[in-house]
Amino acid sequence: MARSNPEAPKRLAIIASKGTLDFAYPPFILGSTAAAMGWEVGIFFTFYGLPLLLRDYDPKVSPLGNPAMPLKMPFGPPALRQISWPIPALLEALPGFSLLATSLMEQTFEQKGVPSLRELRQLCIDADVNLIACQMTMDVFGFKREDFIPECTVGGAATFLEFAADADVSLFI
Amino acid sequence: MADVLQPDRVLDCSGLLCPLPVIRTSKAIKEILPGQMLKVIATDPGAPADMEAWARQTGNELVDSHEEDGKYVFYFRRVR
Repeated sequence: MARSNPEAPKRLAIIASKGTLDFAYPPFILGSTAAAMGWEVGIFFTFYGLPLLLRDYDPKVSPLGNPAMPLKMPFGPPALRQISWPIPALLEALPGFSLLATSLMEQTFEQKGVPSLRELRQLCIDADVNLIACQMTMDVFGFKREDFIPECTVGGAATFLEFAADADVSLFI
Repeated sequence: MADVLQPDRVLDCSGLLCPLPVIRTSKAIKEILPGQMLKVIATDPGAPADMEAWARQTGNELVDSHEEDGKYVFYFRRVR
């Protein structure tokens, strides 16, 4: 994976370390866009980012511990939609609140024309983005290779670093 | 200007947000021949800056861009 050709395209290396809905978007958006610009892209999915490569995964988001997250309604009159509801953290901790917040965010994204995570991941796969699943995380959290999409590769820190050594842009998300 | 440019293909990205307009544009330009023209219509307010960046990065020529009926219109010529 090291780069020998000086004429090679630009390269983007991303570490995806978080698996909630909000943090799942940036690696796939940046990865698919860079690929559309003709760049080589590698994304290393580690720790809580690893589940983003599972065959069946449905990331959630919660405003609890995310104090800057706007809580807006995706439906209703425009004036009401503009309100960011000040929900007390104690309410946010109630069972089901994360599901509600996730559903609201997914509806808002769909209405605004943002693709779903599944679509974005498929766009990355179609564009030959190198999706690297962290072997160590797999072992630690008890996942098996067959739990993950067949298109990903499995590797460790050295695998990613060799790719990232020649990267023009490196990001930790 | 729009009247004199004859696109070989038209791509409508109305109602789509980042990153879809750029991704669909990159797909569409691969489906025309070098020298041919692709017209892209978008409503994403980020599209003008993103389309210019995409053209610079891929080496395709942004022949013209303007606003028309509240939408952004771009003409790209596939270079290679």
